Amino acid sequence: MIDVPGQTIPAPTREDATIPSEPLVKVDGLVKYYPIIGGILRRKIGDVKAVDDVTFTINRGEVFGLVGESGCGKSTLGRTLIRLQPATAGRATIAGEDIFAKKGRDLKRFRRRMQIIFQDPVGSLNPRMPISDIIGEGLLAQADDENRWGKREVRDARVGDYLDAVGLRRDYARRFPHEFSGGQRQRIGIARALALSPEVVICDEPVSALDVSIQSQVLNLLLDLRREFDLTYLFIAHNLSVIQYISDRVGVMYLGKLVEVADVDELYANPRHPYTIALLSAVPEPDPRVRKRRIVLTGEVPSPAAPPSGCRFHTRCWLREQLGRPEACETRVPELRVIATGHDVACHFAESVTPAAAIEAATLIPTPIASGRAVPIAAIGVLAGEGLAEAGDGLAKAEGAPADASPPVDETTPVDAATRATDAAAEDHFAEDRPVPAHHPQRGPGQAH
Amino acid sequence: MTPLITATAAPLATPDLPPPADVLLDVRDLRTYFHVMDGTVRAVDGVSYSIKRGQTLGIVGESGCGKSVTALTIMRLLDIPPAEIASGSVWFKGRNLLCLPEDQMRRVRGNEISMIFQEPMTSLNPVYTVGDQITEGVVLHKKLSKKAGLEKAIESLRLVGINNPERRVKQYPHELSGGMRQRVMIAMALACDPDLIIADEPTTALDVTIQAQILELIRKVQDETGAALMLITHDLGVVAETVQDVIVMYAGRVVESGTVDEVLLAPKHPYTKGLLESIPSKGKRGQRLNVIKGTVANPFNLPAGCNFAPRCPYAFGPCSTHDPQIEAASPPDVACWLYTRAPGGPPPPRLRPHLAPLAGEPS
Repeated sequence: MIDVPGQTIPAPTREDATIPSEPLVKVDGLVKYYPIIGGILRRKIGDVKAVDDVTFTINRGEVFGLVGESGCGKSTLGRTLIRLQPATAGRATIAGEDIFAKKGRDLKRFRRRMQIIFQDPVGSLNPRMPISDIIGEGLLAQADDENRWGKREVRDARVGDYLDAVGLRRDYARRFPHEFSGGQRQRIGIARALALSPEVVICDEPVSALDVSIQSQVLNLLLDLRREFDLTYLFIAHNLSVIQYISDRVGVMYLGKLVEVADVDELYANPRHPYTIALLSAVPEPDPRVRKRRIVLTGEVPSPAAPPSGCRFHTRCWLREQLGRPEACETRVPELRVIATGHDVACHFAESVTPAAAIEAATLIPTPIASGRAVPIAAIGVLAGEGLAEAGDGLAKAEGAPADASPPVDETTPVDAATRATDAAAEDHFAEDRPVPAHHPQRGPGQAH
Repeated sequence: MTPLITATAAPLATPDLPPPADVLLDVRDLRTYFHVMDGTVRAVDGVSYSIKRGQTLGIVGESGCGKSVTALTIMRLLDIPPAEIASGSVWFKGRNLLCLPEDQMRRVRGNEISMIFQEPMTSLNPVYTVGDQITEGVVLHKKLSKKAGLEKAIESLRLVGINNPERRVKQYPHELSGGMRQRVMIAMALACDPDLIIADEPTTALDVTIQAQILELIRKVQDETGAALMLITHDLGVVAETVQDVIVMYAGRVVESGTVDEVLLAPKHPYTKGLLESIPSKGKRGQRLNVIKGTVANPFNLPAGCNFAPRCPYAFGPCSTHDPQIEAASPPDVACWLYTRAPGGPPPPRLRPHLAPLAGEPS
């Protein structure tokens, strides 16, 4: 396919009536613990609770994004789901069939239906194998009388087809991994996953190791392939912009727990878990006009071997501080509950999450422009990605808030932004999405000095 | 050193004279080559820029563009051979660092210029305590006693927001988390009150919430100590938040330079524009991302003319024959034939890439 910038990808969407949003994969109470062995007798002395009671569904044809920081269990979840590792407890089904109960011939057949693309394009390809064997290995293992993949010619033809599909030349099949660049190797990894015609593909950080210009090529490819082969993706990544771009629905994980699940637009525009809000606010925007409001979480992620009691996020939660440290956070584990249609949150106090509360917890990030040079600021006070935030109106709230720790706002900030705001507007902007307020003058480079 | 005619990021004085006093670091026509078995890699090939006292400069580019090698050359941390500094000068506080004898260079390194590395896991020595490692530099450079050095270490750990620094100095790197190790690296870089901090991808290995903490910290200490900052990164978001000026590197060369808002809001060079457009974002959902076709130029076999020409959607006549870095009297901020007339070539086409609006950008 030719890459035409801005061209719409005719991918199936949720709105597309021909794609029923029936659950294809259901995960129910999935638990994965790793034992900690210690002491003189090498006994089990504890567990690393990598994934702890996670429940969600993936609809047929959708991209379900799973996002979280390192160590939150998102990769473990993906690997457990396709049975690269045994689950400790819980149930998972694909089209109604129990994944974890499969054995023998049945298990082998199942492996065709779910495949995985790994993060590391170097480490996941055997340097001693030519590409034809790397992609063909799975075919050979799954060969039967029907598909005749046992025959070299049949197999090689199929390898060629899939090299074609991922945008590589067919004759690359004879080459070895070291002859390819990172982006090309990732394409080989994708061809390997797709060669078995899976229904579901787990993409485990498929673009994290790639440069940004190559990353966009691979993302385009993944979306093209989804349409071409009717795929369903579980897309695991830590990059919130990538997740926002590619996903239909998103789950946010923290320390082994799923804390929030929603449609992608809803999640980014209207996040309701305090962790999601802090996470979104931490993403740096490549737009120097934007002055972000950021909730900087204190401390580090606790160890999954000894997670905090109650809500696992309570040790770092800004909302809990605002609410005067209610007891429930430490004593009761919050369950995922429906807070709006298709929007689940695991927080006892999700109703207390308001734009005003978030802005109160945030600090205004001084950009170098604001602090260093006399340049008028076009946009101010954006919080939580492009969504939660709205500049002018939100600022008025923040300035009125006594606990606001923001540095003084630059004098060049248009005053009308602050005066226009009303409480209603502040409520409103929560869901609105305007990257730059219309009343702020757009500034070209010529006006910068 | 022979002065070479180059299109450079900063207008040059005569290469042999030191820059004005307010310019802290002035890199001129720096060329670092690596002679390896397969040939010569021109990792840095005619790079010039300068940083004034207390200012912040971002160096942006993809892997292999030479941004880290530039920093290592300034610090003279490369093994020669295989590396060769083929030309150029690095003026720092009135001295050309490339001509300094090794014992004097040692007094600059870690003292007047300090460096924060990308990998907090591997850049700390696992067999020494955090305190030992910070103290080592202070004792060496500031001629302090070991005790006073430890005090200084504790003080700088406190500055980077580490709780209970008296206890932390006795710990080993493996006892600390990734974010904490990066704080230790920053504390180490600050301990000698340097004039220039070079941060090479300081947050790349960190999670986004920890990255936010570290960036805020770097901003804070830079503000408080008045040190100049050179931030090397591939993340344009980090650049937008942290630095005042930016240079964009591609295949060993500076392709564009300017203030952060000039470069990010109105990119001139097709490469800069392509980079910005290939960042996935919400505005681009359901749309094909703009890509920079092909892959980064092979360092052993750089194309004739402009290095970026084979990947450039705007390439025309002179791009494949004339090198804008060498032959152009082009404006100092962008090395591209779209902005200046090539010698003997046709006038640039009217199309200017930066005039086309960015996809997903509010109009």
